[in-house]
Amino acid sequence: MLKAAGPDSVLVVPACCTSVIQGIYPNTAMNIPVYNVAFATAAASASGMSAAFRAMGKKTNVICYAGDGGTLDIGIQALSGALERGTDFLYICYDNEAYGNTGMQRSGGTPLGARTTTTPGGKTDLKKDIDAIVAAHEPPYQATACAAYPQDLYKKVQKALSFRGPTFIHVLAPCPPGWRYPTEKSVEMGKLAVKSGMWILYEREYGKLTISAPSKAAIRKPVPLEEYLAPQGRFKGIDAKSLDTLKQRIEKNLKRFAAEEAGVC
Amino acid sequence: MLTVSTGNKAVAMAVRQAKPAVVAAYPITPQTEIVESIADYVTAKELSTRYIAVESEHSAMAACIGASATGVRTFTATSSHGLLYMHEMTNFAAGARLPIVMANVNRSLGPGWNIWAEHTDAMQERDTGWLQVYVATVQEAYDATLMAFRIAEHNDVLLPVMINLDGFLLSHIMQPLDTTDPGDFIPPIHLPHAIDVSNPKGYGGLTGPEEHFKFKWDIERSMRDSVKVIEETQAEFSRRFGRKYGFTEDYWCEDADVVILSLGTFGKESEVAVDNLRREGIRAGSMRVRWFRPFPHLDLKGRDVVVLDRDYSFGFGGVLAKSIEAKNKVDIYSVIAGLGGQEVTYDDIAGFVKQRRMGEESWFGVSGNV
Repeated sequence: MLKAAGPDSVLVVPACCTSVIQGIYPNTAMNIPVYNVAFATAAASASGMSAAFRAMGKKTNVICYAGDGGTLDIGIQALSGALERGTDFLYICYDNEAYGNTGMQRSGGTPLGARTTTTPGGKTDLKKDIDAIVAAHEPPYQATACAAYPQDLYKKVQKALSFRGPTFIHVLAPCPPGWRYPTEKSVEMGKLAVKSGMWILYEREYGKLTISAPSKAAIRKPVPLEEYLAPQGRFKGIDAKSLDTLKQRIEKNLKRFAAEEAGVC
Repeated sequence: MLTVSTGNKAVAMAVRQAKPAVVAAYPITPQTEIVESIADYVTAKELSTRYIAVESEHSAMAACIGASATGVRTFTATSSHGLLYMHEMTNFAAGARLPIVMANVNRSLGPGWNIWAEHTDAMQERDTGWLQVYVATVQEAYDATLMAFRIAEHNDVLLPVMINLDGFLLSHIMQPLDTTDPGDFIPPIHLPHAIDVSNPKGYGGLTGPEEHFKFKWDIERSMRDSVKVIEETQAEFSRRFGRKYGFTEDYWCEDADVVILSLGTFGKESEVAVDNLRREGIRAGSMRVRWFRPFPHLDLKGRDVVVLDRDYSFGFGGVLAKSIEAKNKVDIYSVIAGLGGQEVTYDDIAGFVKQRRMGEESWFGVSGNV
């Protein structure tokens, strides 16, 4: 992501796992300025920063890098405002489907049936469709990605930064301690999320949908959902009704995206 | 240029002179005229500011923080619930050492809904690391706004400044105003820790107790250093433009047996009360506290002190009264008055002086002897 962005970039980071992994003051592991901001304010802080850089005649990329809690929940108002105002920035949400820093509590990004420390019996609500919410703001570019497909992610970041105005990339980020699977299976988890259709990779340019190659295969023939869920401790003992709902939604989503891309919806 | 203006408009005109690069703001009564006027200036191309019409006050302060971090001049305005909604970010602005300037039009807090003057909003910000100045006239609102930029951005300070003006009592009244062109009174901003992509740094990351503690001490050190900067700025302002300001505005204090202490427009009512009391042979004086943070040294020894508070800290007392009591060994008669815009005239204030009971507290018209 940083490679694609290049050196004339600033990261705006609200409270999230990146708050911790960037290094302890006064050091940072990133080679670009990192501005840590309050939990709810990634997009609002970036609005001010982008306006200031543009006022100075600078093209510096302003990139928010926020988790699902900071994006789907506490930061959604600021995100919506920044999108609506046409802010020139890239917002990347890396989504591990729970509040990771605080020890895996449910977020709006937690899928139905997943156990977290605040949904010990499995989540009873669906994952919030933030991409549809973002799409309703009609940004010039938005995409989904997954850490298991780094080249796809790299290209999407590059592409997003070639647009003026607000752009959004939603990255599924498998999380070994949170999802309760062995660390070495992270790439496999990401791939199974895509192959099962639980996560669909796509881009929207000025609203026009293009499904990315790995998800095209999933649309033709998704792998059984159980293959994705079984290795994850968070889905252990998922009830039949939740499992059935997840399967129905996958089928519906894959059909919906395929139809939209083919222009028949 | 001599004109007539409201307090709100005076603030906006001063901001037009200061030329911030970014203004991020959200409307709230009774502040709205400030940001509407700035929007007008931007639309008319009288001001080349990036005006961000954010979706909340929390985001207004966040956007000012993001902008200010790049090293540009920023401004916002708010009131009441808006100020409290941005409370997390006011702490952040001071902690990040960003010289943001904000006008706060003092208004009460609900429930119930009440849009009139009260200082409780700003008092809840007093421990955030913001400098706070309270003004009493339209001219002072203009002048204090100009000076706020110079003080906040001074490299011995680098803390945000809040200009407080009483809702409606000052924000919406018309008075003569000299819209002095400040010329080069406000030097160009230079933020030593501005974001620089050629020298990438981490800002506000995980910080251990030892460093965190030092940062807090550094805020206090700058707050103390700001005293000299405020004095110098006010002296320079007076030299250039002829209008004199201190940490307090003193009226007939030299020989006074009893001094009325207050913030904001109460100070002007108190001056009339002093005139009338002196006609009756009572040696009264008025000391209007202008700078509340940093809190000034007051010379009150040997006098009766009557403190007017348009605010209250429940379970403790009037915030100004308690602040004076903490810093000075003086006897105080504390009067809580004007909450939610309650009308308080100079005759009422003269009455507080005449009926004072040292060491006691009265709630005007509600509890106590006035």
